[in-house]
Amino acid sequence: MTEPVTTESSTTAKSGVDVASFASRRTLVLRRFVRNKPAVVSIAILVLLFIGCYALPPLLPYSYSDLDYFALQQPPSTDHWFGTNALGQDLLAQTLRGMQKSLLIGVCVAFISTVIAATVGTIAGYFGGWRDRSLMWIVDLMLVVPSFLLITIVVQRTKGDIVWMIVLLSVFSWMISSRIVRGMTMSLREREFVVAARYMGVSNTRIILRHIIPNVASIIIIDTALNVGIAVLAETALSYLGFGVQPPDVSLGTLIASGTPSATTFPWLFLFPAGALVLIIFCANLIGDGLRDALDPSSKALRRRKARK
Amino acid sequence: MTRFLARRLLNYLVLLALASFVAYILAAWQFNPLENLLSRNPRPPEAVIEAKRLELHLDKPLLVQFGLWASGVVQGDFGTTVSGQPVTDELWRRVGVSLRLLVLGSVIGTVAGVVIGAWGAIRQYRLSDRVITALSLLVISTPSFVMATLLILSALGLNSAFGVQLFEFTGETSPDAVGGAWNQFVDRLQHLVLPTLTLALGGMAGYSRYQRNAMLDVLGQDFIRTARAKGLTRRRALFKHGLRTALIPMATMFAYSFAGLFTGAVFVEKIFGWHGMGEWFIQGLNTQDINIISAIVVFAGVTVLLAGLLSDIIYAALDPRVRVT
Amino acid sequence: MSLLEVSDLTVAFPTDSDVVNAVRGMNFHVDPREVVALVGESGAGKSASAMAVVGLLPEYAAVSGSVRLHGKELIGLSDQDMSQIRGKTIGTVFQDPMSALTPVYTVGDQIAEAIEIHQRGTTRRAARARAVELLDLVGIAQPERRARAFPHELSGGERQRVVIAIAIANDPDLLICDEPTTALDVTVQAQILEVLKTARDVTNAGVLIITHDLGVVAEFANRALVMYAGRPVETASVDELYENRRMPYTAGLLGSVSRLDAAQGSRLVPIPGAPPSMAALPPGCPFEPRCPLAIDDCRIAEPELLEIAPNHRAACIRTDQVAGRSAAQIYGVSTEPPDTAEEATDPKVVLRVRDLVKTYKLTKGVVFRRQVGEVRAVDGVSFELQQGRTLGIVGESGSGKSTTLHQILELTAPQSGSIEVLGTDIATLDSRSRRAVRGDLQAVFQDPVASLDPRLPVFEVLAEPLSANGFGKKQIDERVAELLGIVGLQRADASRYPAEFSGGQKQRIGIARALALQPKILALDEPVSALDVSIQAGIINLLLDLQERFGLSYLFVSHDLSVVKHLAHRVAVMYKGTIVEQGDGDQVFSNPQHEYTRRLLAAVPQPEVNRR
Repeated sequence: MTEPVTTESSTTAKSGVDVASFASRRTLVLRRFVRNKPAVVSIAILVLLFIGCYALPPLLPYSYSDLDYFALQQPPSTDHWFGTNALGQDLLAQTLRGMQKSLLIGVCVAFISTVIAATVGTIAGYFGGWRDRSLMWIVDLMLVVPSFLLITIVVQRTKGDIVWMIVLLSVFSWMISSRIVRGMTMSLREREFVVAARYMGVSNTRIILRHIIPNVASIIIIDTALNVGIAVLAETALSYLGFGVQPPDVSLGTLIASGTPSATTFPWLFLFPAGALVLIIFCANLIGDGLRDALDPSSKALRRRKARK
Repeated sequence: MTRFLARRLLNYLVLLALASFVAYILAAWQFNPLENLLSRNPRPPEAVIEAKRLELHLDKPLLVQFGLWASGVVQGDFGTTVSGQPVTDELWRRVGVSLRLLVLGSVIGTVAGVVIGAWGAIRQYRLSDRVITALSLLVISTPSFVMATLLILSALGLNSAFGVQLFEFTGETSPDAVGGAWNQFVDRLQHLVLPTLTLALGGMAGYSRYQRNAMLDVLGQDFIRTARAKGLTRRRALFKHGLRTALIPMATMFAYSFAGLFTGAVFVEKIFGWHGMGEWFIQGLNTQDINIISAIVVFAGVTVLLAGLLSDIIYAALDPRVRVT
Repeated sequence: MSLLEVSDLTVAFPTDSDVVNAVRGMNFHVDPREVVALVGESGAGKSASAMAVVGLLPEYAAVSGSVRLHGKELIGLSDQDMSQIRGKTIGTVFQDPMSALTPVYTVGDQIAEAIEIHQRGTTRRAARARAVELLDLVGIAQPERRARAFPHELSGGERQRVVIAIAIANDPDLLICDEPTTALDVTVQAQILEVLKTARDVTNAGVLIITHDLGVVAEFANRALVMYAGRPVETASVDELYENRRMPYTAGLLGSVSRLDAAQGSRLVPIPGAPPSMAALPPGCPFEPRCPLAIDDCRIAEPELLEIAPNHRAACIRTDQVAGRSAAQIYGVSTEPPDTAEEATDPKVVLRVRDLVKTYKLTKGVVFRRQVGEVRAVDGVSFELQQGRTLGIVGESGSGKSTTLHQILELTAPQSGSIEVLGTDIATLDSRSRRAVRGDLQAVFQDPVASLDPRLPVFEVLAEPLSANGFGKKQIDERVAELLGIVGLQRADASRYPAEFSGGQKQRIGIARALALQPKILALDEPVSALDVSIQAGIINLLLDLQERFGLSYLFVSHDLSVVKHLAHRVAVMYKGTIVEQGDGDQVFSNPQHEYTRRLLAAVPQPEVNRR
């Protein structure tokens, strides 16, 4: 009986490279992400905003519904940092309260819709056949229908109910993501390690959970980040039209809506809530982009040299 | 290829029918068109309410209501509003307004976006590219209703700086516009600039990012290398071979973004005071008018369908691999 | 003065962590009408060198040294200036024809473009006409008509011909071919080599060809440079190189190539270890860790390229130890096939396939599918596999060999025909008995990178089939350690990720995984095609050893005839879905009966210098 002709040990495999210092994939991704300063700053900002809008209000002298009759429509001052509106309500408190709503709804919707998209996408992509056709047909249907219009139809009845808003927004925002997940799953399905797993007798569920999902995880993560921005936008839009959060409660949308008519004369009423909104969405998008650059190995991660001749 | 398109068309029509069905039933179920009537003070006599109920077919089951409506639609009649006006006429009028508002802005947005995106990809990581990317991201993060107001604020500033009312932002025309065709035209133009800019900016930002990514994908492809090996400079190779190929996936984006266009219109019309479909939609929601809402949904669906067909045609025109029989 | 003079060429790429020095000092020249081959395995730096000459390296690459074409310095030229030279004085042929052409322009237009760029004043018409002439020259039938076709309408071989046509459109003085035949089928490879010879004759150009295929070098090149770790380690004329190589690496390389005239079961000479990582080279000779003749002096300094015979240079201080000895002697391995004890009894049949048919329907339409035709991927195939033996199924792409394999592996009733595994007809299996059969029939795939889930450590990879079939934790631990030992890996490797291993080691992991359930039959789908030659040799030896040790039966699918010759007892040749010839390996290879088999065998380039 002959031993295998070559006894390869892993230390001679990469001669000259210290095996212990090999970085795992996770470290590489983290390293690449951290290099992207705007993205890191965005995460910091969003985390701060999230904590701030819940932690700050109790500390403030005014709550969002307090009426200060001595300061009606006043520009920003030391007393009211963001100024006041026509009713004497403190804009800072209102903006913070509005952010609570927007962030909460945005994050919930992003998560739920991503879960739906991942489930639908992997099932359609992995099994193919009638499951794929029917699911994709439903996706097409929902894309043809102007979903925003449909949402407004229902929401104007359930005025102000946060849960309904989250549900509706989630139900109508998973479609494009599911297509992308489906595409990735289909290409993964033909990859040899999935085929190998099938031939080894591993069950389908196990394959999906252990092989497919971790490998589409990068797409899903990127998607979630971007969806936060989209969801916040959608909620704001609904509230702006008057179909979302109802008075006396505020959301960034209602604030912008009430601030717009007087934007020319009392710009702070518009600029602060609008600015907060744009900031949140901008950060979410930057994070999504940063994640995409970090997770996608094919994106140019090499150091740029100085300009060629 | 015509057979391919015909099959797609059939598919779209089926989807459209379904979408209309869903919208109608949803509206009929959720709305109470009599609400306005009932909330009037003093409350009208029962007979009037009952008459209205019958007039709007509200006594019949939902499916029957749908059937009546659908049969009317197929013949081109979208029914009447709660207050008795024919929907069809109003529909066409409003469509005209909305189109005038949207077309220019979206076309400019698309074309400019593609060009900017391609240029950014070629100059990847240079300062100009970074600036464009950052700006696009910022614009995308700004919803149309914020953008519109910001533009109005700046327009006001400009107007006062120049001392003349250069930019108009209320409505489509000035009610007191006098003079011949030229004056009318200029007047319309003045009213058109800001809303067009709002839409165009949003479109530019979105398309440029998408196009840039598509171009970057293409940049690494082998055929670009072959083109350079032939003797094309990098820039020419990218424009002549890369851009043309990168445009192909744009065709699919085109269809999907059309649906978004409509929703954007709602806000722009509201802020700039144009009496188009968007405004009508809000009105219909407030008056709980089933027919108006359903008509708008049908129309929106038709536009998406047309956009989808158009994108299929463009796709086939751009990508020879798809042109099978 | 030579046509092309390259001196002290270096190319470095910055990466996430370190700088990779892909090329560390290339010196060579190419004269008109001569063919110079850059030979080496992956990572040797051959493509980087060629791309540096033509100026098509990525922007972030750092290039230094000198490249002179007709005496004019090319390094440092702007993209503008370089573009004048590319396509006119230097023509390039790339590796993968499937993606080398722009999908949206016709083939004729793309060739005409090459002409129009450099010959201002040519009319559209004239350029088109010339394009058709060129298509005819490279052997495309009906050139008039085909010129209006799009790339996707052409086969791989035809596309490569078009690429060659583009390369020679302006009568270049230098032709650079980067692995021009690697991505093609064997018979097509032979045709393309012929086209390249024609191209060289027509243009009188000097040719720089990059390849890892020693057979191609023997058939086409005049001179060869063997590259290792970014430097040439041996240069000589091809005759001299093949008969009288002096560098241990070259010897190993030549010894690891599988040969058509080998006996079944004869071992190859693998080179132990793997090519070094270019990011952190140790001082001294980069080949030292793997060299059987290494001495302490080898570690001190990197040997210079010294002349050891007229026009024959080698970078080694131990060349005297290499002269006159076979690779087997140098590396201390035996290549003799083991004595096959005569089987008195007919080994029993473990796999029997009869009249297997698999057709794919072609459908059109998105909503309402409609069948417009069908493709008979497998059209009535029958064969038997005996215990402890190997059956090699040979064919080119589209022959149906992989489909056949996968049909068997699916273990579901075939469309038509019957499959019997270890005596059980597949059609009678229920999910429980199928489980049992799966334990006896396992698979090894082609691409070691793709067949291992990159997110699982090796332990999980090997444990997966075990845990899916109900093994307990302790059993799994033991078995995994055992498997690693069988394929020549270490226990410590179990906690590493696939990305940390070389291609050959990944394939060993794949083989270990296949052995986990102690199968009786191994189905191997091109298991060595994606590996370097010297690594291939190691895997082939491993497979032979395992067969001897465990009495495994192999169903081996490959397009590489020489590899099959080493492994297979019986051979079946497939063409367009049917088996055109079947028999004992020796018989089929030495005395082919069918036309296609003859063509296939004739097309294989042999690493022996023959008269061109």
